[in-house]
Amino acid sequence: MELTTQIGESVTDGLAYLGALTTLGTRAAYFTFVAPFQGKPLRLQRAISQAMQTGVGALPILSLITFFIGLILALQSAYELRKFGAINFVASAVAISMTRELGPLITAIVVIGRSGSAFAAEIGTMKVTEEIDALETMAIDPIHFLVAPKFTAMIVMLPCLTIWANSMGILGGALFGVTQADFTWFRYIQASLDALFLRDITTGLVKSVMFGITITAVGCHEGLSTGAGAEQVGRSTTRAVVVSIFLVILVDLVFTALFFFMSER
Amino acid sequence: MGQSNSAATAMTDTESMISLRNLRVSYGEREILHGIGFDVMRGETLVILGGSGSGKSTLLRTLVGLERPSSGEIWLKGKNIAAISSGEMDEIRKKIGMSFQGGALFGSMTVGENVALPLREHTKLEDSTIEIILRLKLDQVGLSGYENYKPSQLSGGMKKRAAVARALAMDPEILFFDEPSAGLDPIIAAGVDQLILELKQAFHMTIIVVTHELASAFLIADRMVLIDKGNVVAIGTTEAMRSSTHPRVRQFLDRIAEPAVSEELDYLQMLTEEHRHPGR
Repeated sequence: MELTTQIGESVTDGLAYLGALTTLGTRAAYFTFVAPFQGKPLRLQRAISQAMQTGVGALPILSLITFFIGLILALQSAYELRKFGAINFVASAVAISMTRELGPLITAIVVIGRSGSAFAAEIGTMKVTEEIDALETMAIDPIHFLVAPKFTAMIVMLPCLTIWANSMGILGGALFGVTQADFTWFRYIQASLDALFLRDITTGLVKSVMFGITITAVGCHEGLSTGAGAEQVGRSTTRAVVVSIFLVILVDLVFTALFFFMSER
Repeated sequence: MGQSNSAATAMTDTESMISLRNLRVSYGEREILHGIGFDVMRGETLVILGGSGSGKSTLLRTLVGLERPSSGEIWLKGKNIAAISSGEMDEIRKKIGMSFQGGALFGSMTVGENVALPLREHTKLEDSTIEIILRLKLDQVGLSGYENYKPSQLSGGMKKRAAVARALAMDPEILFFDEPSAGLDPIIAAGVDQLILELKQAFHMTIIVVTHELASAFLIADRMVLIDKGNVVAIGTTEAMRSSTHPRVRQFLDRIAEPAVSEELDYLQMLTEEHRHPGR
C-alpha cells in the first residue's frame, strides 16, 4: 500500500514536471516563431550573444572531446574488425556511430555542462535577487525576455555544433586509420563519406534540435523554480544538469526507436 | 473595520487610489493574510508596518500582482486586480512602479539600460527621447552621470536610487517601496527617506512603503497601517498611531520584546511551527 502510493506520487510528480517543461518550451517556441509576426520582436541581440556563449564558446572543448571519442571508437571497432581482416571498415563504423549517435549526444552533454547549468544558475540568481519579480512588475514577460533568446540560440547552435562534432570525430578516427591501418587521410575521409547516407546525418541533426529544446527547457525551468536563498541556486544548477542528462538520453531513445521503425518500411 | 473615518481625516485627497476588501492570501494550505481591508488615498504616503513574518511583504507582493489572493478584492484604478486577466494586469503594471529591497537591477546591464528598459519595452519612443528621459530620471534621484556604470559598481544606497529611477521611468501613478532603508547606514537611509519625501512633494504621487524602520516610517508617512500575524491591527495618521493605546501598537512602537518562552513545551511547539512553515 505504502509502496503503491509512493510510486503513484512519483509518477504524478514526474508527469507534472514534464507538463511544466512542455508549457515552458511551447511558450518559448511561441515567442521565437509566432510572436515576431504579431509585433513582439525577438530579442535578436540577446539571442546572438547567447549563441556566441553557447556555440562558439563550446568549440575548443567540444573539438577535443569528440576528436578523442572518434579515436576511441576507431580503436574499439578495430579490436573486433581486425579478427575478420576487415580493419578497413573502421572508417564506416566511426562515421556512422558519430553522425547517428555520438556526435549529437556528446555535443548535448558538453552543452548541458556549459550552458544548461549556466541557464539555471543565471535565472536562479535573478530569481533570488528579485530580478524576475522586477521584470514581472514592469510588465515584461520573463519567458519572452530571458528564455526565448536562449531557446533561439540553442536550436540554431546545437545542430551546428553537432556537425562540427561529427567532423572532429571522423578526424579522430582518421588519425587511427592513417597511423595503424593503411589509409591515407584523403582515402579515410572518402571511405567515411561513402559509408554515410544523408539520412544518417539528418536524423542526428533532428535529435540535436530536440536536445537543444530539452536542455533549454530544463535549465530555464530549474532556474525559474529556484526557492529563496543562495544555496537554492546551487541545488537548481545541479538538478538542471542531472535532469537534462536523463531527459536527453530519454529523448535520444525515443527518436532512435522512431527512426529505426521508420526505416524498416 | 473603522478605517474609513480615519481616511477622511487624512490631509490628502479623499479619492481612493487603492481599495482592499477582505483580502486573503495563502501559500499552499497556509493562510498568510486573513482578510485585510483598507483604502489608500490619491497622493498620500502610506507606510505598512509590521514585524518579520507579519505578512507585510506578502501584502506588498499581492498589491503589485506578484501573488494571487485566494479571496477578496483589490480595487486599483477602477479594476479589481484580484480577478483580471494577465493582459489587463500588465496594462495596470505600466502605471505602477516598484522599488525592490535589494534594488533588483539587472546585473548584466548598465544603470542607464536598466532605467531605459521599461521605456524600450513599452513605448515606441526614439532613442534620443529615451536618452533625455533617462537623464531626467537619474537627475531626479541624484545619480546624474552614472548611466554607464554597472550595478555592481554602485554602493547600496546608489543601487536603491537607481532602482527608484527605474521605477519612475514610466511616470507611474503609484510607487511601491519594499524596505527602502534595509541594509543601509543611517545617513544613506536618511537620504533615501528624503528622496521619497521629494517625490511625494514634487509629483503628488501615491506612495506605499513597507518597512519596519520606525524613524523612517514616522518621517515619510501620512498614514500608517500596522500588520500583525496577517491582520490589520491599526490604521491611522502618524499622530493617531503615536497616541494609540492598542497594546500591540504600543509594543511595536515602544520596541518591547516578545515575552520570553519559559515552558519547554511552548518552545518545542514554536520550533515545530517554524520548521513546518519556514521563511516569510
